[in-house]
Order: sequence, then C-alpha cells, then structure tokens
Amino acid sequence: MAGYYHSDDLAHFGDMGKDAPELWRKFSEWYGAVFAEGALTEREKCLIALGVAHAVQCPYCIDAYTQACLEKGSNLEQMTEAVHVASAIRGGASLVHGLQMRNAAAKVSM
Amino acid sequence: MFPLTATGISVFQINVGKLCNQTCRHCHVEAGPDRKERMTRETAELCMGALAKTAIPTVDITGGAPELNANFRYLVERSRELGRRVMDRSNLTVLLLPSQAGLAEFLAHHQVEIVASLPYFLEQQTDSQRGTGVFSKSIEAIRMLNALGYGAPGSGLTLDFVFNPAGAFLPPAQHAIEADFRRELRRRYGIEFNSLFALANVPIGRFRDFLEASGNYEHYMARLLQAYNPVAAAGVMCRYTLSIGWDGALYDCDFNQMLGLETNHGAPAHIRDFSLETLDRRQIVTGQHCYACTAGGGSSCTGASVK
Repeated sequence: MAGYYHSDDLAHFGDMGKDAPELWRKFSEWYGAVFAEGALTEREKCLIALGVAHAVQCPYCIDAYTQACLEKGSNLEQMTEAVHVASAIRGGASLVHGLQMRNAAAKVSM
Repeated sequence: MFPLTATGISVFQINVGKLCNQTCRHCHVEAGPDRKERMTRETAELCMGALAKTAIPTVDITGGAPELNANFRYLVERSRELGRRVMDRSNLTVLLLPSQAGLAEFLAHHQVEIVASLPYFLEQQTDSQRGTGVFSKSIEAIRMLNALGYGAPGSGLTLDFVFNPAGAFLPPAQHAIEADFRRELRRRYGIEFNSLFALANVPIGRFRDFLEASGNYEHYMARLLQAYNPVAAAGVMCRYTLSIGWDGALYDCDFNQMLGLETNHGAPAHIRDFSLETLDRRQIVTGQHCYACTAGGGSSCTGASVK
C-alpha cells in the first residue's frame, strides 16, 4: 500500500513556486542566505538543520540534510550526536512542562 | 567552451598498470592483485624519451599501486635526473609490504611528493571504501613517512592526502575538510601532512558498480549535473595533463584511459608518436563522466580546481 510520503517528491520542491512565484523567490533567497557561511560554518548549520529536521520529524529535511551533512564532510558520529541534541530538547521540553503539573497539583492539594 | 581543448601540458601522468595490493570499492581503475596490465621497461623508456624532449615540469606516477611496477624506480630516478617534480600516487599500505622494504627511504632520497589516499580520519569510512585494516596500516605508514621528514615544514618532503567521499555524495569544500583532517589527525594520531586534495568520485569502474548495485546511479548523476560549475569546467585537469597508459597509449585523463577513450581529433595515440606541438593544444575527448570534474568546486588530481 502506498504511503503519504514519496522520496521522489523532494526533487520537486521547486513546484511550490508554480502558483506563488514571488513568495517562492523570497523564500529561496532567504533560505540560501540562512545556510551560507556566516558566524557559523556551513557544516555547523547543516548539523543544526539535521537536528531540527528530526525534532519536527520532516522526512524531506531528514533526507536532504543527511546528504548535505555528508557533503559538508560530516560523519555518522557527528550526525548521530545532532539527532540526540534534537531528541534531548524534545524530551526535555516535555519534562520541564512537568513543572506545570507540579504547580497544578500543588494548587489543589492539601 | 565546446570543443574543449588543452591549454598546454604541465603534467605528464604515467599509469604504470593495474596491479595493486588493494581492491578498493570506489576504484575507477578496477585495480587488484590479479591484474596483469603492467608497463614494460621498453614503454617506460619511451615515456622518458618523450619527456626529455620537453620542459613539462611534473611527472605524476599512478596505477594501481605504481610502486609495485618493476620500472617504478627507473621512472622516478630518470625523471629526477631530468629535473622534474615527481608525484607518487600511493595507497600507503604498499609501503609496509616486506617486498617494498626501503621504498619510503627511496622516495625521501629522491624528494618524491607522495600523494596518498586517505578518505577520512576515522577507521569506519576508510575501511568501508578501501578494505578492512587499511586505516590502521595507513596510519602506521604515515607515521613512518613523518619520521623521515615527510609533512614537516621546510623538509622538502611533501605529503599530501586525497579525500574521496565514501559514498554517493559530493566532497565538501576542500579548505574545510583539510582543516578537519589537520586537526583530527594531529589530535588523534600525532600525524602531520602538507595539503589535502578533495576529489569527487567519477561514475565509472567499481564506483559505478556500487552506484548501480545500491540504486544510487540516477540520483548521483543528477547531483553531478545539478552541481555543474562553469568555472570548474574551464579549469579541468585534462586541459593541462597528458595521461599515458601502461601500454603507451595516450589519453586526456586517467578516467578516459579506464574507459578506453584514447586521444583523438588528430592527436597522436601512442607515446612512440609523441608530439608536444600537437598534444599541447589538442581537442579533448569528453563524456558523461566528465560531470564529476565540473561539479561544485571542481575535481582534479590535485583536488578542487576552483581556488
């Protein structure tokens, strides 16, 4: 049974510019500037992107930034640590909201 | 730029044959211990005879493992007598073979520039491409070369590394991966070197076999086309390199050699008919595989062609 995602679709990302070309142009220009070398290296940005891709669970980004990280000279050690960073933030975000739980429980408890 | 033409030969690249002590998975030569293609003394002398008639400054000796050819030392000695810069494309492990005792000292004595394959500074990536145990032997060989002075500033003994991606992706920016190699090799192994050359894998030979078997061929070719850089195209190595095969046949580059694409368009096809005037400005034979050398920062035998 076919799934919702098809890996061939990634190559057609540019099709999003077909019915809103000016917005696509602005997005593309900004996107390119974001990933250019700046205070952070291109590889550091790719690793951040890889982590974020896992945090938001975007299969397109995971595919694209796995390739991009390798093409920036990264390796599975670095990339796996980046995934763990994303996982730690997501896990930690759930855990720290436990303080809301504790506050709510304390309010109604004797 | 079409038709692509040579701009004057500055590199005389001699491929002495396909004999090698390794069988790397990405090898465009498909070299190995069972290969029989080996340059004879007669052909080696024809090469040196042609070289002597020119002022071509660099002799680049490759293979297989060129050191295993019986005429390797003759080619080095004669080229140095002629005052040329000599490069040895080494797989490093060959330096540790018992049959090659004294080879490293020979190379140092003749100030041969060693251009050594080292796809990464970690074992997993290196061994996956070049074979189990190659990384640890490579480190041992590099330490031996460092002890002789290779890689030390001012020693006159140049040790360069060649980075090839261990998979179906393009190499990173050369300056970035060189910085990684320098930091990590020094920190982890106490190793020094001069320069790193980042090369793209050309989709021929065993690398093509890998691409097809892994279902990556179409994607990789699309990636090469997507990354086409006209600046890199203008500086491709075939424009200043002449490739001589183990049997004396002439080619525009080592990749054309492995595809059997001899020099054409009126250029001589064999070293016995060598003519600098004709070869210096020859029209280059091109093909789909050429997109590997024109991708991104460009790829050549000395790394990125866009500086």
